[in-house]
Order: sequence, then structure tokens, then C-alpha cells
Amino acid sequence: MTVVERREVALVDLLDRLLAGGVVITGDLTLRIADVDLVRIDLNALISSVNEQVPSPWREL
Amino acid sequence: MSGLRYVYAVCRPFGTTLPAQLTGVAGVPPKQLVHHGLVAVVGHVPEEDFAEEPLRAHLEDLDWLTATARAHQNVIDALTVVTSPLPLRLATVFRDDSGVRTMMEQREELFLRTLDRLEGRVEWGVKVYADITESSAAQEARPTDVKAATGRDYLRQRRSRRRAHEEKWEHAEEFARRLHETLSGYAEDTRIHAPQNAALSRASGRNVLNAAYLVPRSESEEFVELVDRHKDDAPGLRVELTGPWAAYSFSGFGEEDS
Repeated sequence: MTVVERREVALVDLLDRLLAGGVVITGDLTLRIADVDLVRIDLNALISSVNEQVPSPWREL
Repeated sequence: MSGLRYVYAVCRPFGTTLPAQLTGVAGVPPKQLVHHGLVAVVGHVPEEDFAEEPLRAHLEDLDWLTATARAHQNVIDALTVVTSPLPLRLATVFRDDSGVRTMMEQREELFLRTLDRLEGRVEWGVKVYADITESSAAQEARPTDVKAATGRDYLRQRRSRRRAHEEKWEHAEEFARRLHETLSGYAEDTRIHAPQNAALSRASGRNVLNAAYLVPRSESEEFVELVDRHKDDAPGLRVELTGPWAAYSFSGFGEEDS
């Protein structure tokens, strides 16, 4: 396969996969970080922290 | 041995060592933990950061999450060069090696089945963005900038602006649907992700398609060319390709399915 031009992976593309993809293993052996928590972090904490750090230019629209 | 075990992926034995300079989460080089016909790729991580409470707090810290996600991806990327790994969800942490072994033992058959399905496959991400505002649609709908002479003219103009706007959206969605159909024909499996939030992606335009395609590595070149051929078909729309990824979006068995 040819090497496709690789730019730095965007965080948001990474999180689509790391927070919503991958094998989910839960049980007594794992520390219980439920996938539900991760999905919520994706939606709420991240967006609000992004908005705090960088005032959103889309707000005014 | 102190510390917790962060598991990146489960693979079939791949018969080589990982690059010596490779580091993962917490700056720690990952190691292979072999159990029967499976290998877990594992890093030792400190309890003060990865025990349940601190981990929960860290995951709400964007900088920490970014660094951890990138370190995780770094290891998965290195694995993708030598094998077709089955990636685990971010922050899957066990208390010790024997916990990791027990987990592999319990799910051995399912892991082997999934690894067979993913063998030699990679994931490609395709996104479509539409940059459509009411004023851009209006400009095209109204070739000359005539001032509305009467109230009726004004209403007519407004209606045609709105119609042009709606048509553009319909066109964008139709394009995304057709592209997805075409690409699905070349992929072994597909997943539609939720559209990305512009505040996070910092991308312009609205994300109308965010999909993942599972493609044999050997056919990836054709797949990339296919995306390339279609991406200029639609003026005003932008098609973005990412990958090749490890098959994150297709590793799914949720625990409930197992």
C-alpha cells in the first residue's frame, strides 16, 4: 500500500474512535470507568472546556 | 511490581519486539503480555493517576485527555505496522498482570474470532462538510441585487432565499448519502459516527457525514482513489479522508453482546 500523506491526527477524530470505539471491557478486574462516562465526557466536559479556553466564534451566528 | 496495568490492545502473537523508543501513556514503554495464543500490549501506569478516582478527574481535563489519547494512539499506530491489533477503549486499566491474564482467558474465543475478522483490515474515516449559510444561498438565488419595491416583492425574495437554502441542504445530504453508498460497496463493514461538533473540530461548515469503513489493507489504495475521485463532485462540499486507522470502530463487541 502506498503511504498516504499523513497529517497530524485531529483530536476530535481520535476521540471518535478512542471514546466510542475499541473493545469495552468491564468487570471486577478493571477499574470501573464505564463507557457511559467517557461518552459524557466527550459531549459535555470537552466542549465546555474548549469553550472556556477559546471563546467560540460560532456563538454569534 | 507496583502500579496498574493499562491495556492498549489485544493481538495475535506478532513475532517481533516493539520499537525500543516507543512510549505510551504516562511516558512508559509498552510491553507484551503473552497468554495462550494472545498477546496483550500493556503499560505500567502509576496508581496516583490511574486509580479510579484520579482517572475520573483526569478524564475531564482536556489537556490530560489529549496527551493520553495521543499516547494511546501512538502505541496502536506502532502495532498497526506489525499486525492488525484489536484496540481497547481508552483507559482500560487492570490492577495487575494476573487481572489482564484472567480477562484474556475469559474472552479468548471472542478475541480470536474478532481478530480473525480484522486480520489484514484497516479503517478509513470519511467526513463530508457543508459550508452553507442563508446569505451564501441567497446570493446565488438572487443574481441582481434588486431592492424590494413592494412588500410583496420582499416576501417573494425572502421565500426564494429560503428555498435556495433548503435546496442546498438537501443537495448536501443527498451527496453524503450517495457517497456513503458508493464507499460502502467497497468496504467490508461501515459505521456512522455522530456528526462532529464544530467547537471541537474547529472545522468550518457543518459535518453532514462522519463515517468509518473497514477495508482490506491490500485494497486500501483503491479505496483512497475512490474517495479522491468523488470528492470534487460537489461544489460547496468538502470531503475529508483520515486513516489508515486500526479498526477501532469495528472492534465492537460491547460487553452486552459477549
